[in-house]
Amino acid sequence: MNLFLTLTGFLLAFLVNLFFPQVAEGVKLKSYTFGGIAVDDNLAYRLVLLALALYYGIYRLVLFVKKADQEKINKFGKGAKFRFAIGIALALWDLLGTKLLVLPQPFFPGPAVIMDAFLGDTAFIWKNTLYSLRLFVAGFSVGVVTGVLTGVLIGWYPKARYWILPVLNICGVIPAVAWMPFALTLFPTSFAAATFLIAICSWFPVATMTADGVQGTPKSLFELSRTFGAGQLYQIFHIAIPHAMPQIFTGIMTAAAFGFTTLVMAEMMGQPGGLGYYINTSKVWSAYYKVFAAIVVMAVLFSAILKVVGVVQRYVLRWQKGVVR
Amino acid sequence: MTDILDKEKILKIRDVNRSFIDERTGEPRQILKDINLSVFEGEFISILGASGCGKTTLLRLIAGLDPVQDGKIILDGEPVHGPDSKRGYVFQQGCLFPWLTVEDNIAMGLKIRGVYKQNKDKVHDFIEKIGLGGFEKNFPHQISGGMAQRVAIARALINDPEILLLDEPMGALDSFTRADIQNLLLELRKERNTTMILVTHDIDEALYLSDRIVIMTPRPGRISEVLEIHDEFPRERGSAQFLEKRRNILERFNLARSNTAPEYVI
Repeated sequence: MNLFLTLTGFLLAFLVNLFFPQVAEGVKLKSYTFGGIAVDDNLAYRLVLLALALYYGIYRLVLFVKKADQEKINKFGKGAKFRFAIGIALALWDLLGTKLLVLPQPFFPGPAVIMDAFLGDTAFIWKNTLYSLRLFVAGFSVGVVTGVLTGVLIGWYPKARYWILPVLNICGVIPAVAWMPFALTLFPTSFAAATFLIAICSWFPVATMTADGVQGTPKSLFELSRTFGAGQLYQIFHIAIPHAMPQIFTGIMTAAAFGFTTLVMAEMMGQPGGLGYYINTSKVWSAYYKVFAAIVVMAVLFSAILKVVGVVQRYVLRWQKGVVR
Repeated sequence: MTDILDKEKILKIRDVNRSFIDERTGEPRQILKDINLSVFEGEFISILGASGCGKTTLLRLIAGLDPVQDGKIILDGEPVHGPDSKRGYVFQQGCLFPWLTVEDNIAMGLKIRGVYKQNKDKVHDFIEKIGLGGFEKNFPHQISGGMAQRVAIARALINDPEILLLDEPMGALDSFTRADIQNLLLELRKERNTTMILVTHDIDEALYLSDRIVIMTPRPGRISEVLEIHDEFPRERGSAQFLEKRRNILERFNLARSNTAPEYVI
């Protein structure tokens, strides 16, 4: 029943696109050939709908075959109405944005027109996506590593706390992009400059949360390890840091969100590539459908990154209550 | 039962005083005053007293967790300087490392001392002995409070300490679980002949387990009396002897209604 509701939504959108005539004029829908097969924008859009429907269908089937626990099945069921609504929304959008052209153009293109960006600009979008990914991974990992280091220093050594914490608190509230002019002059390449900006914006939340977690470690855990003869390094690496792990991951999640913002801002303001750059160049040509395409890619890319972080988090924190059963 | 005086003194506490600076008033406050005590090898001693009498402070000094500033604590002929694996310590509440499995918690001391590989079987034996077979891979939040205390005891004993220091390890448990762990302690003691010092405010517990009971009174904390209990182990909690001794101790704390002085102080 839930699966039926899910599929009905997408099917509706599919049928609207397939059978509703193109009433309005002036919509430029193109066709491309891939390996001898002609694919036009509408077909590409329908293929995406089909893929979504297939994804949910197969997911439900896997739940059924693997005899997944009721909790997962319930969770799938709960989302059914929402997915149905998405199907309806897509159908309406298709009608208003493409078929009837009611929405103001070129600002709000229909889904099929957005698909045109993916079909016609594939290589360029791909290149910019990879650029964004590279930049993010570089800045984010530097930020997280230095954040954990700073946090441990602050949390462990009172002197470091005295000298570093105020700096952290002052610098932490400054939006990273404010450093952009300096970053661009101080670093040899614009890539390095953006890496620096993403690094400092992720550094702050990770450092504060790590310091918090390290400081919050019950004294008795350290004392206990000392009765076994544990030294300072053991206490830092085997007690303070593991104890701080839940907080560290809270910090990392916040850092990721900050990082996405800084990434796109930095790219829009002075990078030779990336999704932010792609948005900027597209905007200049009033190619708003490409802007939307870039937004879709960001949604997918950033969700995927958060998902990866989430998987790592669940593995590292498998000892926590409620995470493992 | 052999007379404890025939055995060797393993721990000597001589003229120990301890004061802390009161954070509110800024003035020093004496916690321990003129503590003198000798502990014999293989002995089970309970330090009994109301909260605030300095019994935990004393135990921490013996463990080396706090520095001895005034007086001397000598273990096996050597003054205590900082904690080490000669003295096992069990905290009030489990105090297991939540990110380590039962097995890893028990093995922690061995790993720190770098002797884990040759002692893997020992870890397994201990897990069986404390009745946690099958729970090796469980994390602390997946076991009960009683199990956690068993793990904590095993974790301390696996290093073969000369003295096991127990800081109200059964304080947070229900009375049935408490009885279980008391029996486990007796069993382990009989088997290994480890000297044990238990801090408690539970008179029954002290009576059930100890060769000697050290009674402490607060403000400032000092030893008011040392009682020797010669009854055979295992002791019968309901026996007349036991109850008589219990009443005796209660009176010392002014908690029993005696015929002559019908006073009841909490």
